[in-house]
Amino acid sequence: MSGRRLRTLVTALVVTVVLALLPLFVSGFLVDFVLTRTLMLGLAAATIVFLARYGGMVSLGQILFFAIAGFMYGNAVLEAGARGLNLGWNPWVAAVFALAVTTATALLLGAVGSRSGGIYFLMLTLVYAVIGYYFFAQVVTISGPSGVTSITPPPLIDSSLRLYYTALLLSVLAFVGFRALGRTSFGMVLQGIRDDPIRMASLGVNVALHRALAFTLAGFVAGLSGLVNVWWNGQIDPASVSIGPALTLLIIAVIGGISYFEGAWLGALVYVAANNYLRSLPLVDRIGLTEDRFNTLIGLLVLLIMVLSPEGLVGIARRIGAVIPGGRWLGAGREPAPADGTRTPSSESDGSAVDDDLSRTEERGTIL
Amino acid sequence: MSAAAEADAAVSREAARIRRTRLLHLIGWWGLRIVLALVALWVLVFARGTPVGPALSDPGGFLTTLFDGVTFAGLLFVVASGFTLIFGLMRTVNMAHGSLFLLAAYIAIRVQQGMVGRTRNIEPGDVSVISWIVPVIVGSAVVAVIGLVMYEVFLRWNAGQELRQALITIAISVILADQMLREFGGLALTMTWPGAVTHFVTILGARYATSRLFMLGVALAVGALLWVWLSRTRMGMIIRAGVDDEEMVRALGINVALVFAVTFFVGCVLAGVGGAMGASFAGVATGSDGNWLLNSLVVVIIGGMGSIKGAVAGSLLYGMVTAFSPAYLPTEYAFYAIIFTFVLLALVLAIRPYGLYGRAA
Repeated sequence: MSGRRLRTLVTALVVTVVLALLPLFVSGFLVDFVLTRTLMLGLAAATIVFLARYGGMVSLGQILFFAIAGFMYGNAVLEAGARGLNLGWNPWVAAVFALAVTTATALLLGAVGSRSGGIYFLMLTLVYAVIGYYFFAQVVTISGPSGVTSITPPPLIDSSLRLYYTALLLSVLAFVGFRALGRTSFGMVLQGIRDDPIRMASLGVNVALHRALAFTLAGFVAGLSGLVNVWWNGQIDPASVSIGPALTLLIIAVIGGISYFEGAWLGALVYVAANNYLRSLPLVDRIGLTEDRFNTLIGLLVLLIMVLSPEGLVGIARRIGAVIPGGRWLGAGREPAPADGTRTPSSESDGSAVDDDLSRTEERGTIL
Repeated sequence: MSAAAEADAAVSREAARIRRTRLLHLIGWWGLRIVLALVALWVLVFARGTPVGPALSDPGGFLTTLFDGVTFAGLLFVVASGFTLIFGLMRTVNMAHGSLFLLAAYIAIRVQQGMVGRTRNIEPGDVSVISWIVPVIVGSAVVAVIGLVMYEVFLRWNAGQELRQALITIAISVILADQMLREFGGLALTMTWPGAVTHFVTILGARYATSRLFMLGVALAVGALLWVWLSRTRMGMIIRAGVDDEEMVRALGINVALVFAVTFFVGCVLAGVGGAMGASFAGVATGSDGNWLLNSLVVVIIGGMGSIKGAVAGSLLYGMVTAFSPAYLPTEYAFYAIIFTFVLLALVLAIRPYGLYGRAA
């Protein structure tokens, strides 16, 4: 195990322990409305990072799987309600059913999009999300425009604290699992496809299949996050699939740094914190940034990040860590991605150094 | 395994891959033909219990639906051709295209209100052709200038970084959407067609609004102008050459920067003209920006990014699907119409992963 990996693991462990102990010291509001939301949005955004970092596919469609899981759970678990199928199943069966439907949908959509790479994928997945919006808004037997309400979580996790630990557990599993996957042969092949799909195809790799499977896995994890969301929220409506939330999820990943798994949760924290605490910052209302203009602020933040450092906050932190003394804890063991479009070939065997840089210029038509 | 055996294995794997791809093509093409035949049969004979009814018993309803599809396709083409033009030359996916559409619509509505002299209850009779055309021109010009500034400030220096550019334009679209909500409010606004084009014609017993035919006429004019510009002028030639090989064009000493700026400007003008027409056709509200970004995306995914021909094909296919699927589905299932957009996408992508006229980048 290289020193850097050890350091990352230790950092992750420390962060996990701190997060696990945090509810002892902070208010219930903070846990429920900031931390749980952060973990759940971070988990969903991490699937975008997974697809972008390993597969070179930037997806705007993850919100769809997030929502499908919620809708399916709501339809299956409710016994009687104004809308939905009201199947009245056991909550755990409902959860498994929701994940199965979500994963199957992801497989179908992944198969349809698997031969279109690059920027096409971004557009196609946005179209998926919006078709999902219209589907749920129009198909009144499943949802209808006002959605499904009064959904309760399974009895085992029906307190906000337990929900928080569920979100934490799933986040830790996803973080560790996604990173580990990068070192398996599947992850390696995926990264090869990201770098040069034609070469991988001529080596005999089924490019479309690998892309479709990666998309399926990402859909499954986004579905897990969607379950936590519907347990936390108690309701789900079609508006949670439309263009706005689809962009929000990508924006979260971009703020944190779309090539870093930790960036997903960092971006989610920034987003949720800005959403909750913008109004209490001094003087922001003087410059016209009231909470009504929250989206303008988020847009400006993303614009700033994309103009200055496409690697997001984690990328910025690593660059700072590389130049200040004692900054190695920021994870500065890795060279920041070169901005001039040259790619340093990965000489390390652990795979995590094979990284995206957003700024490849030498080949038109490739992203990441 | 010896090197020769390995090479043999690789060759046979590749052959298997090619066979699979061919099979997929075959399935896709035949699937498309069979689906089209079944759809035609359904629409002609069997579509009882649908909002319109079988075409053989209600030819007027069929014709109305057909015209709805074609006229909507015209509007789709105007908007999507701007999107695809910009992508074709500069590889920039302008995710703010829908925002420019909506902004032009709002500006045109404001200008029209100013010219007519009141802000509500504007009837077509109050609107002369001039007080429709001038707002369209003003709206398009303003968003074209805004688009050009956006290009020069945020997109020019990072050419080729597709994802970065897409994210920059996403950020701009978020900001624009929020600022438009602040300035114009969340209520739906409409622009009014000039009185001269709001009549009805009767075709096979069905009344049809001439304003929609007028919209189609504008779209055809835009298409014709684009065609002349791209295929009969020197700049059009440079643009087509740039789509194929930008570096070669640059090496030949042509001022590519100017051509890029003009192309971006024209692309945004098209978004603006589309926006003003869309505002007259169905009105606009908060969220129209997203809808029209989506419409542009669907058209270019079907037709192929960067191809004007593809924009025509994509607009027609998508326009037809959006017109026919709600009209000819059994009434109790009409809300599944959106599925057909997805079916269209899936079929096209199975045959051509980069759209009908697209090429892998």
